[in-house]
Amino acid sequence: MGKTLTEKDLDLKFKYLIMQEKGGEMIVRCFSCATCTLSCPVRLVDEEFNPRRIIRLALLGAKEEVLRSPFIWLCSACYLCSERCPQDVKITDLMIALRNIAVKEGVLPSSLQAQLDLLYKHGRLYEIGEFENKKRVKQSVPTLEEKRELAARVLELFKLITFPVEK
Amino acid sequence: MKIGLFLGCTVPVRALNYEQAFRRLAEELQITIQDVPDFFCCGFPVKSINEETGILMALTNLAIAEKSGIQDLVTLCNACTENLTEANYLWSNDPEVRKKLEPLLLDLGHSYSGSVRVRHSARVLFEDFKDLIAQKIRRNLGTLRLYPYTGCHYARPSRIYQDFDNPEAPDSLGELLKITGAQVVSGQNSCCGGAVLGFKEDTSLKMAGVTLKKVNEEGADAMVLICPFCDIMFEQNQKKVEKLLSETYELPVIYLPQVLGLALGIPREELGFNLNRIKMDGFWTKLEG
Repeated sequence: MGKTLTEKDLDLKFKYLIMQEKGGEMIVRCFSCATCTLSCPVRLVDEEFNPRRIIRLALLGAKEEVLRSPFIWLCSACYLCSERCPQDVKITDLMIALRNIAVKEGVLPSSLQAQLDLLYKHGRLYEIGEFENKKRVKQSVPTLEEKRELAARVLELFKLITFPVEK
Repeated sequence: MKIGLFLGCTVPVRALNYEQAFRRLAEELQITIQDVPDFFCCGFPVKSINEETGILMALTNLAIAEKSGIQDLVTLCNACTENLTEANYLWSNDPEVRKKLEPLLLDLGHSYSGSVRVRHSARVLFEDFKDLIAQKIRRNLGTLRLYPYTGCHYARPSRIYQDFDNPEAPDSLGELLKITGAQVVSGQNSCCGGAVLGFKEDTSLKMAGVTLKKVNEEGADAMVLICPFCDIMFEQNQKKVEKLLSETYELPVIYLPQVLGLALGIPREELGFNLNRIKMDGFWTKLEG
């Protein structure tokens, strides 16, 4: 499982950064009981994802290891661990906080970038044009118009769109 | 009853059978649907990038609903349900979120008092229409074995849903199906894997496989869903799961309003079954003999 971490790989202030991020406040409550890992439907089929390990790494200060790893993107946000956690760490919210920090540090997986582009262009994850509306009419449901303006403005407000997008 | 219908992104393009069946069922139950042309994405997909952005998108939609005179906003997708409900919850319970997002909402030309109630359509049917559905049953579905699959965000995280159903094993969907006389196979609700599909496909397919295998072993004639993301995994990716795990399921996957519609005697042509992708010959034979 990867390289051995030593002091020079650790940023002891990382946990404070996480606690300042919405959803990350409760991380220090974790006492590593593994209820999360044993409840996890992702872990059930893929050993790469292990919420307890991620929390331990984060508490140790393995900032780069956590933020640059593909595993923080594997949480399916099913909230089962959050329901069961005896320390109410709110692990799903914590995983979202770690992703939000990773994005601020410049990590953005291509599938999320693609979703941002679509939302900016269409206001929804899917385009609704003539073709889609023909299908809608065939199924006897009302036609829809794209409403991109507000979605685009929200994304601009948070400066999530800092790249040129074809309108 | 009058409701606002929040379609989201996926349903109006990729789950037209679900939308059509819900609209037809609503008509039968005398639910008046108000469509709001200004709705856009609920914001759920943006949360992984920036949580506050996702919440503000939800709040903007809620503000539009309020302005349109909607008190009951009804969803078809579990992710929309979760994000709109969470935004409502934070708006009333988290002063910091409100302090930060309220001025931004005003900048966008909207305001929100917090009056809109958000519920999943399945929850509305369960809480408000159980008796009426029971009265209107025209066809007993007793020959069918059905596996209700609720999906994750219908009742979780429980703190935002005020525990209206068991968060680990919600039973409202099964209870609705029992009204039709169908044999309801009690199911586990292991996450469908939809949220992992864009990051690691094999892992998401294996996650869907956990449930498909179980449903198959239970001898169910169909799986009954209430979320278009679950459908992407269990129906639209079923062949890929079969190939990856060297299994054969050929399991029909249908939506709750389609089943309830059949029980209420609505002709199947009006319930969008032409768009269900897995062959349903066995299902129809069992139902119609």
